[in-house]
Formats: sequence, C-alpha cells, structure tokens
Amino acid sequence: MPSTLWTHLVKDLRIEWRSREAINSMLFFALLVVVLFSLSFDPRGAFSREISGGVLCVATMFASVSALNQAWAREIRHQVLDAQRMAPTAGSQLFLAKVVANFLFVSIVQLILAPVFLVFYNLHILGQGWLLLLVLPLGTWALVANGTFFAALSINSRNRELLLPLILFPIFTPALLAMVNATTAIFTGDFDPVIWIKLLAAYDIIYTTVSLMLFDTILQAE
Amino acid sequence: MKKILFGLLAAASAVLLVWGFHQAVSAPAEMMQGDEYRIIFYHVPSAMVAFLFFGISMAGSIGYLSFRQKNHPRALAWDAWAVAGAEVGVVFCTVVLVTGPLWGYRAWGIWWAWDARLTTTLLLWLIYVSYLLLRRFAAGPQMQTSAAVLGIFGGIAVPIVYIANRIPGQHPGPVFGGDRASGMDPVILRPFLWNILAWLLWGLVVLILRHQLELKQQAAAARDAEQALNA
Repeated sequence: MPSTLWTHLVKDLRIEWRSREAINSMLFFALLVVVLFSLSFDPRGAFSREISGGVLCVATMFASVSALNQAWAREIRHQVLDAQRMAPTAGSQLFLAKVVANFLFVSIVQLILAPVFLVFYNLHILGQGWLLLLVLPLGTWALVANGTFFAALSINSRNRELLLPLILFPIFTPALLAMVNATTAIFTGDFDPVIWIKLLAAYDIIYTTVSLMLFDTILQAE
Repeated sequence: MKKILFGLLAAASAVLLVWGFHQAVSAPAEMMQGDEYRIIFYHVPSAMVAFLFFGISMAGSIGYLSFRQKNHPRALAWDAWAVAGAEVGVVFCTVVLVTGPLWGYRAWGIWWAWDARLTTTLLLWLIYVSYLLLRRFAAGPQMQTSAAVLGIFGGIAVPIVYIANRIPGQHPGPVFGGDRASGMDPVILRPFLWNILAWLLWGLVVLILRHQLELKQQAAAARDAEQALNA
C-alpha cells in the first residue's frame, strides 16, 4: 500500500478513535431510522422480509450523510486542505484514504446495527444469508466512494451540508436499486440476487474509477 | 447574418408548430385507443428532445473540463452549452413526466409503472435538477468545474439504470425497429414526424437563446470582477 495513502488513513482512523464522532452519530441516527420505520409499518412475517432490505439500505444511506459531511470539514479548519493541495502527492491517494476510512466507519455501524435490526423486524432469512457479506460491503462502498467525492465537490459552496444529499442521492439511486433488490432477494429467497450483485460491482468499479480520475480536478478547482 | 439565420429558424419552428398541431388534430383516430393516442405527438418528441439536450449538456461538461486550463473563453462557451442543455432538457423532461402519467392512466389504468424507461427518465430528471441546484448553490469560479464533474457523473448513471430495469415492463416495447408488429401506419407516422421536427426546432431555438444568455451573463460577471479588482 502506498505510504501516502497509509498516512492519511492512519490519521483519519486515529482522529475517529479519539473522538468517535462519526460512528456514534451514525449509529444513533441509523437506529432512529430503523425504529421509526418499524413504528410506521408494523413489520411482521413475510411483509417484514419484503421491506427490511429497503429499510436497511435507506437507514445506512441517511446515516452516512452526517459522517460524510464531516469528512472534509476538519480539513478546512486551519487551512489543512490548502496544505494538501500544495503537497507533492496525488490527490487520489488522499481521496482513497478518506473512502477507506469512511467505509470502515459505516461497516462498523452496520455490524452493530444488524442484531438490533434482526430483532426489531423479526427477521428469518430465507435465502442465502452469507451473500449479505458481499452485498452490504459493495453497497456501502458505492455510497461512501460517491459520498466522499461529492462531499469534496460541495466543500466550496454555500449550504454545503444541505447540498451533499441533494446531489448524492440521485447519483446513488442505481446502486440503491441494486442493493435493495439484492437484499430483498436474500431475505425472501424469491429470486436470484446474483444479477443485482454483479450490477452493484459494476457500479462500484465504474464510479470509483471516474472518481479517482476526476478527484484532482475538483481538489484543485480554484 | 447570424441574427437573420436565427430569426429564420425561429419563424420556421413557429410555422412548423402550427402545422404539427393541425396534423396532430386531423390525423385519424387510432384503432385501439381512439383519440387518446394523440398525446404521442407531444409525449414522444419531448422525450427525444430532452434526451438529446441532456446529451448536449454532458458534451458541454466534457468540453469545459478539457479546455478549462488551455483556452478559458472556449471552455466558458462549452459551459454555456452544458447549462443551456441541462435547463431546457429539464423543461422538456418535465413535459414528458407530466404527459406520460396522463396517457398511462387512460391507457393502462395506472398513473405510473416502475419500469425501465419511466425510471430512467425520472432519474435523469432528478440528476439534472440536482445539477441545476449545484450551479445555484456553489459560488465562484469552482462552480463550473464542480458542475461539469457532476454532469459527467450523471451521464454515466443513465445506462446503468437502464440495464437495471430491462426487465419486461409496462411501457410499450420499441415501436420502431422492434418485431414485425412494430412500426406505425403512414397516416399516423407523417404527423408524428412533423411534430418531432417542430418540437426539435423549437427546442433548438430556446437552447440557442439560453446559450446566448449564459454567454452574456458570463461576460457581465467577468466585467464585474474586473471592476471590483480595479476599484
């Protein structure tokens, strides 16, 4: 692993380890969404299997926005971002380190949330449950890679915290569609999730590549 | 010279719109749907123009990013195409999204179906509205770069959604180039083509006007910046 990427990553992980801001806020927010949805829809039996995939994805999506908004905020303070711009390293390494760090945070939240989720929705998985270990990381990567990119893109705008979900959600929709269909297929066992997993993987590859190519452009956009 | 050409284009589009309306009203009623099918003369041409203009917007975004550092005035002209294509495209796309459910409710009995083309069109509309929001929210010279990047991201999303939704759905299969039952009767095809031409020309008129307006706004912004520097 390139040392620059490693340095950025260790720094972000250390900051999070000391403050635990991102994980705590995401965790509580996701928990709130799960509770609110189960209060609104009274999920039981087959119905809960049909909607829970969607609820899980949407809860993750809403929760991650709060962390993604903070991802670059601490780089603005004390002009750290200007220093990053002047540093003789590729911006893509900075970007990738941020994505990996946020990917870890969101994944931890999902791991903690999973048992709560199973209890609240009385879930009994009928399909191949182990495929979730493929679907959730792929979907999370799609969300976090695009989210980190758009958070950097909206950094110079007014109301950037408001802008991020507005530009992230439409672009993320194809991945959400694939993620929801794949998890629903796994929970219900009604249809084959493989095609949706392939689509999600293709989405990840395409958007991560484009993000890496264009990141320097938006980092240096002055 | 340019102004005369533009005036001719505008006059031609106005004449064609009237002619297209006349054709649409006087075409014979369709066998299955009666008079309801006539909305096709507005629904389908608007969709074609919207998709074309979103394509122009994406091309403008790519053009802006490639000329950004080499040739700034040229890059700004590309950016003006990007914003004009997105704005006028959103208007046409709105027409599609309004006429579609009206027609669907009469023909299918439901307002909306989540199939390939409906979802793709709605998603395109959402993406380009978010593009216009970004242009409004973001300030300063980075705005055009950010918007161009978002324009490219949005363009890439479309084929992915289209593939995701290619399960057989509610929307009719391809009318042209489909199986042997596809195609249109000439008595309907002729007014249909006239209307496509009319709406395409009208769209181009609006697009060119919006492009000119954006160029003027860019020039005004540059003048203001210069005055602020010299003050």
